Amino acid sequence: MHGLWNLQTLWFVLVCVLWVGFMFLEGFDFGVGMLLQLVGKNPEERRAVIHSIGPVWDGNEVWLLTAGGATFAAFPNWYASMFSGFYLALLLVLLGLIIRGVSFEFWGKVESSRWRGVWEWAMAVGSFLPALLVGVAFANIIRGVSLDVHGNYTGSFFDLLNPYALLGGVTTLLLCIAHGASFLQLKTFDPVRARAAAIGRIAGPLAALAVIGFVIWTLADASTISVGLWIAAIVAMGAVAAAAGLAAVGRSGWAFISGGLGIAAVVATWFFALYPNVMVDSNGSAYNLTVFNAASNHYTLVVMTVTALILVPIVLIYQIWTYYVFRQRVGRSGPTESAPPTTGAGV
Amino acid sequence: MSIVELSRWQFAITTVYHFLFVPVSIGMAGIVAGFQTAWYRTRNPQWMRLTRFFGKIMLLSFAVGVVTGIVQEFQFGMNWAGYSRYVGSVFGAPLAVEALAAFFIESTFLGIWIFGYKRLSEGWHLATIWLAAVGSAMSAYFILAANSWMQHPVGYAINPTTGRAEMTSFWKMLTNSTVFFAFPHTVLGAFATAAFIILGISAWYLIRHREIEMFKRSAKAMVAVAVLATFATLIVGHFNGQLMTRQEPMKMAAAEALYDTSQPAGFSLIAVAPFEQHPPRTSFDITIPHTLSLLATNSWNGKVQGINQLQAAAVAKYGPGNYEPIIGVTYWTFRLMVGAGTLMVLFMLWGVWLWWRGRLERAKWFLKLALPAMALPFIANATGWIFTEMGRQPWVVYGLLLTQNAVSPSITAFDVWVSIVIFTVLYGVLGAIAVWLTVRIVKTGPPPEVDEAGQTVEPNLHVAY
Repeated sequence: MHGLWNLQTLWFVLVCVLWVGFMFLEGFDFGVGMLLQLVGKNPEERRAVIHSIGPVWDGNEVWLLTAGGATFAAFPNWYASMFSGFYLALLLVLLGLIIRGVSFEFWGKVESSRWRGVWEWAMAVGSFLPALLVGVAFANIIRGVSLDVHGNYTGSFFDLLNPYALLGGVTTLLLCIAHGASFLQLKTFDPVRARAAAIGRIAGPLAALAVIGFVIWTLADASTISVGLWIAAIVAMGAVAAAAGLAAVGRSGWAFISGGLGIAAVVATWFFALYPNVMVDSNGSAYNLTVFNAASNHYTLVVMTVTALILVPIVLIYQIWTYYVFRQRVGRSGPTESAPPTTGAGV
Repeated sequence: MSIVELSRWQFAITTVYHFLFVPVSIGMAGIVAGFQTAWYRTRNPQWMRLTRFFGKIMLLSFAVGVVTGIVQEFQFGMNWAGYSRYVGSVFGAPLAVEALAAFFIESTFLGIWIFGYKRLSEGWHLATIWLAAVGSAMSAYFILAANSWMQHPVGYAINPTTGRAEMTSFWKMLTNSTVFFAFPHTVLGAFATAAFIILGISAWYLIRHREIEMFKRSAKAMVAVAVLATFATLIVGHFNGQLMTRQEPMKMAAAEALYDTSQPAGFSLIAVAPFEQHPPRTSFDITIPHTLSLLATNSWNGKVQGINQLQAAAVAKYGPGNYEPIIGVTYWTFRLMVGAGTLMVLFMLWGVWLWWRGRLERAKWFLKLALPAMALPFIANATGWIFTEMGRQPWVVYGLLLTQNAVSPSITAFDVWVSIVIFTVLYGVLGAIAVWLTVRIVKTGPPPEVDEAGQTVEPNLHVAY
């Protein structure tokens, strides 16, 4: 009935791209947030860890808001069903993002180890919740949730906590930790770098195991396996296994790239496993939300396509420029330390 | 309480709270960019110190504003799934474009500004704060275009199959007459808000004879910004009101508690109504004759429609139902907004007069009053939005969708109680911390010009956390 060349499918791909952007970029931010207290043993080291993502984390988070806004505009029925259906889970995500977001700003404002401890925990918990729950949410919409004729979720919060979804959550959680450990190795000096490397040597293989388990379970449950799903699944498993191996031999740059590719391929696996659905009904396929019955009208999709094709490349250019500006390692001669010491900057 | 009522309370609490910080951030970004530009051009270190000092306070506001903004985007889907399905094709687009075109710019360049001094040339570093400021103002445009569509839907058609609104012209939506007034009214109000904050803090130092060289500059600059911004906000608000009289006549009638169509209509100074849920009339009303006619229609004897006639017309058009907002709320929020705005204009005219007489930095009473005056813009901002949104009720999209049909069918009262308690407590704590940190920054004061060894401290722009 529908070929692959239609605007609904294009927007499904673009929403996937936005999620890839978010999970790749904010993935290491979440990892860094969770590892902060493990790799930084004193205030100077922790400041260096925070500064490794300080200039970029907020811009990275906008990928999530863009994914949310794009889903709202391109697939209103998907947005409405998913956000209202996963109400309490999303509340936890929001809680995490809120305490994490303010913790960056609050952390350095008072010279007190108790004060800083509070915001370090806020950063860790606030990174943990979304890193886990994004995986839980996507695994659930692939596995299927109970929907009614209008596409409204009829299950409860606890129905979301099934084994497949929890494995999905653990997968994204471990991927973020491994990705963050690789990122820290590129951005910090010893001893922080060495501690991140030690964590990466454990988190890398665990993330690889979780991804392989999750991907195989997804393939086993799929009624049909498209070529795209095969490719994404194989790339996901191969890339995370390679990342674990590269981390073990200390090739942190390549481990970061390979792990990032693995994250992108895991997100692609979700979307290939879903297509043409966007939310699966667990009571039979009658009430499935698909890219076609959940989408906006043609005109809106055209407007959004033109806007995205112009703006996404521009965003990529200036975000890449940001990483170029802050390409140096932080710590011994990080951004703050280059300042004259008497200014009290950053405190 | 029903799920609709609970969800409305949650939206009101989270939105009013979010909008305590948004105008401070938008306004301060522009003003701090102005300070940095003044330093860039004059090399006077006082401007650099002002940039750094108020930059820190601005970043606190941005932090809370940004995290509470995420909630705004999520809760349309979480609590208002009926709304999201009905309007997603129209309302979702400006939200998505806002993220892509504006919020990315604001967040990315603010991050570079915070950490980028000395990594970039001074010119490029100055450009990043301007980009962040422009990004935050653009962000306001798209959000207000989306909100204006709820007040005055344009550029859409109802799909006969699904019964939902679909966008037919993005251009018409972005050039909605409503947003042409709402945007300047809001952004000028944001600059007025930030100027009142910076003036209040500057006054605190001037009263204590601390850092006079530095803060008399900011005080004068803020009197200039605020007198222009408050006056312009008032003028735009006047035309905004005239437009509203045509587009949402019930809201204007409710703002005035004007029960019966009048020609001419007087402006109500104070009115009292029977104490019941929907009082059918005012029992006591002091008005200035002809004034409402003049304000709303530009004519001495202009006709202004009344609540009772509009209600009857709405029943004829949309079927049986109550189409009146809560008159007590609209009447008093409108008065608080206009009253606070008028006080702001008068206060700043006093400031201009003192400046002209060369006494601004020594004017004890003006400076002392500048501290409590910081509350005025927040009162005006909050009551303005409560009026705008509650005055549109019972509609969520005027004339198209009732609020009671917009709520998510899949959520329970328990869910919303949980979220409302969590948001309220968390927001309360964060707000208290943000205010406490701001007070701390102010009490500590800006870093000295001369260090302990008697060396002049090199002016620098590090605001990093």
